[in-house]
Amino acid sequence: MPTTDLSSHYFDLFGLPVCYDVDPQVLAARYRELQRIVHPDKFAGGTDAERRSSVQMAARINEGFRVLKDPLDRARYLLELKGVALDDTSSAVDPAFLMEQMELREAMAEVRDSADPHRALQRVSEDIAARKRQITDNMARLLDEDDEASLQRAQDETRKLQFFRRLEEELDALDEELAGF
Amino acid sequence: MALLQISEPGQAAAPHQRKLAVGIDLGTTNSLVASVRSGQAQTLPDADGEHLLPSVVRYRADAAPVVGAEAREAAATDPRNTISSVKRFMGRGLADICKGCSCTDYDFADSDSSVPRIRTAGGDVSPVEISAEILKSLKQRAEATLGGELAGAVITVPAYFDDAQRQATKDAAQLAGIQVLRLLNEPTAAAVAYGLDHGSEGVHVVYDLGGGTFDISILRLNRGVFEVMATAGNTALGGDDFDRAIAQWLVEQAGIDPQAIGAGQGRAILHEACRAKEQLSEVETVLVSLPLAGGGSWTGHLDRAQLNTLMDPLIRRTLSACRRAMRDAGIDTADVEDVVMVGGSTRSLRVRELVGEFFHCEPKANIDPDKVVAVGAAIQADILVGNKPDDEMLLLDVIPLSLGMETMGGLVEKIIPRNTTIPVARAQDFTTFKDGQTALAVHVVQGERELVDDCRSLARFELRGIPPMVAGAARIRVTFQVDADGLLSVSAREEASGVESAVQVKPSYGLSDDEIAGMLQDSMAHAEGDVAARMLREQQVEAERILESLDAALREDGDILSDEERRKLDAAIADLREAEAGDDARRIKTAIQALNAASTDFAARRMDASIQGAMAGHKIEEFS
Repeated sequence: MPTTDLSSHYFDLFGLPVCYDVDPQVLAARYRELQRIVHPDKFAGGTDAERRSSVQMAARINEGFRVLKDPLDRARYLLELKGVALDDTSSAVDPAFLMEQMELREAMAEVRDSADPHRALQRVSEDIAARKRQITDNMARLLDEDDEASLQRAQDETRKLQFFRRLEEELDALDEELAGF
Repeated sequence: MALLQISEPGQAAAPHQRKLAVGIDLGTTNSLVASVRSGQAQTLPDADGEHLLPSVVRYRADAAPVVGAEAREAAATDPRNTISSVKRFMGRGLADICKGCSCTDYDFADSDSSVPRIRTAGGDVSPVEISAEILKSLKQRAEATLGGELAGAVITVPAYFDDAQRQATKDAAQLAGIQVLRLLNEPTAAAVAYGLDHGSEGVHVVYDLGGGTFDISILRLNRGVFEVMATAGNTALGGDDFDRAIAQWLVEQAGIDPQAIGAGQGRAILHEACRAKEQLSEVETVLVSLPLAGGGSWTGHLDRAQLNTLMDPLIRRTLSACRRAMRDAGIDTADVEDVVMVGGSTRSLRVRELVGEFFHCEPKANIDPDKVVAVGAAIQADILVGNKPDDEMLLLDVIPLSLGMETMGGLVEKIIPRNTTIPVARAQDFTTFKDGQTALAVHVVQGERELVDDCRSLARFELRGIPPMVAGAARIRVTFQVDADGLLSVSAREEASGVESAVQVKPSYGLSDDEIAGMLQDSMAHAEGDVAARMLREQQVEAERILESLDAALREDGDILSDEERRKLDAAIADLREAEAGDDARRIKTAIQALNAASTDFAARRMDASIQGAMAGHKIEEFS
């Protein structure tokens, strides 16, 4: 059964060039513009077919916005578009990064026992945010090239971002626990 | 001298083309209906000038049910047949209701059905049917006041209502003969009512404490777009619970044995507790009088300090939910523009005091907290039904609770996390584990916990028609889609063959399609007037709506169809027009289905074209 064309990718959908760096203001404006066209509220009195298309399209635009807004998801998406699948089993992890991982895990383990757990947690959170920024600031240079070496490095850097995300999720759970939820 | 009718700019030019649409607040304690008239959204009063319709239904033997104030009067004298706060039972099974200790208030029938039924003098009734009576009453009021048939309604629900509770609300509307334009979250409706009044950009908090439910929603308003950032709440916490706490204390003071309280006496005590609570917003101390079993009464006093002691633990629970919502939204109290109070229970001085303290600002209550939700719903209804084609307002809401699937070992795998913007669609791939397996069952739950037993069971979806293959060879993509009403639908497709599975839904706490059809038949059999005529009219109205919509669409974008495609579509349209002019309801229904199928391609392509058109404009900008 024919449905709305879902084969174009998110950059096309949002009228954006296929590059890593995305202006968040422009993205948000495009998102609102698109939802104004397709949102089910515009088709409340329409035919069944219109309502179905509308829900599918609105869901796709919400997903596209979510992916393009987040630096990690955007990186993974671009790699996918370039035919590079990111697996979670990182074969060669550079030793410097392994050190980074251990340091951060140690810092997290010390949060509960510290004199001011909330402050300690905040410091780890800020540390992770700073390391993420270093990577994302450099990502465009790697992802927008098409040569093997750059893509390989982009993959490595993306894996690091994935690790940081897992840490942030654990920090979040710890924060909830400390807040008594 | 005849008065000239000058319509407001931005509205349909000819007033008689305006469709009649309403917003309905189906509340725990009171319900309201509102509509936009002469550019203003207003609640509609009944013949006596009352705007609030108490959500109370009294059933009688051999007579139609009574809804509203009249029914409420009978609550103390006829408690078993007079149902109040039915909203607490919507989308709930008997076990849940008994957990909340409400099952002793009424005579619940023992039954195998997942839908609880209350035994009344008028028969066994389900919460959906009881709510339908309230909706019918509001529909009658609206049609009488507005002078015509309703084209549709926006019905509000607590933001924290889960899928079962929402579906029950929609079922009730269907039974009442109301076309639902949208199920709208109550805090969002309130935001619409306030947002258009003040239009202040930024982050707003809506604190909605009603008779039986509590919601907090955090929204961002930006150029007419209301974006919900996060929502939290409790669908079993509200003014009723304050009343219960007060009643309990009064009973203790009076030395009455709680086990010995009869149904009628119990209701009377609750009413008295409620009255005292409300009065304490005006005075420091009130005199209370409780009826005693043998006759006579006990009198005592209740003051503000004692009231606060009783209410504070409950209010603190609402603030806990506020904290969670702010975490999910990633904001701090400093980021909040203002806090809006919604729901009758926010009239309480103590509630306002503690909420103000928490958010470090004076909560806003300029729009009547009882009416604001219906007013916001009416504003949206007016837009959805097509009366304001140029309106730029957009409501982007979220799913309040995570959706997950049961996996091995009674665990839940989250598919869609809470506070995801809707509509949303996520897919999961499955395969078969037996040779020749042609069906698959998916158990969907809602909630944040890791164990299936700690979450709410929504439904079991049975996917049938999988082409038989060797075990593990099939790749079945199951798509979970939540629409703009917050309702889940599941579809499945075997990827290799492209075969779509037929999905049979077995709701855990709801009515099956057959049960609803049965209820509709029953209600029509008991209703006055010609059943056949009513069914015919319903099909005709639906047909008219679709034809009008398609006409407009073809006028704008008919050129995207090839001659052959246009011919086929025109044929289906002509067929429906002919059927509509006749008096065979079933023929109209078939023609509607055929036209829907025939217009699928057109709808999809039209949407693609709009999107590409809009984005193409940007590409030109970039390269110029």
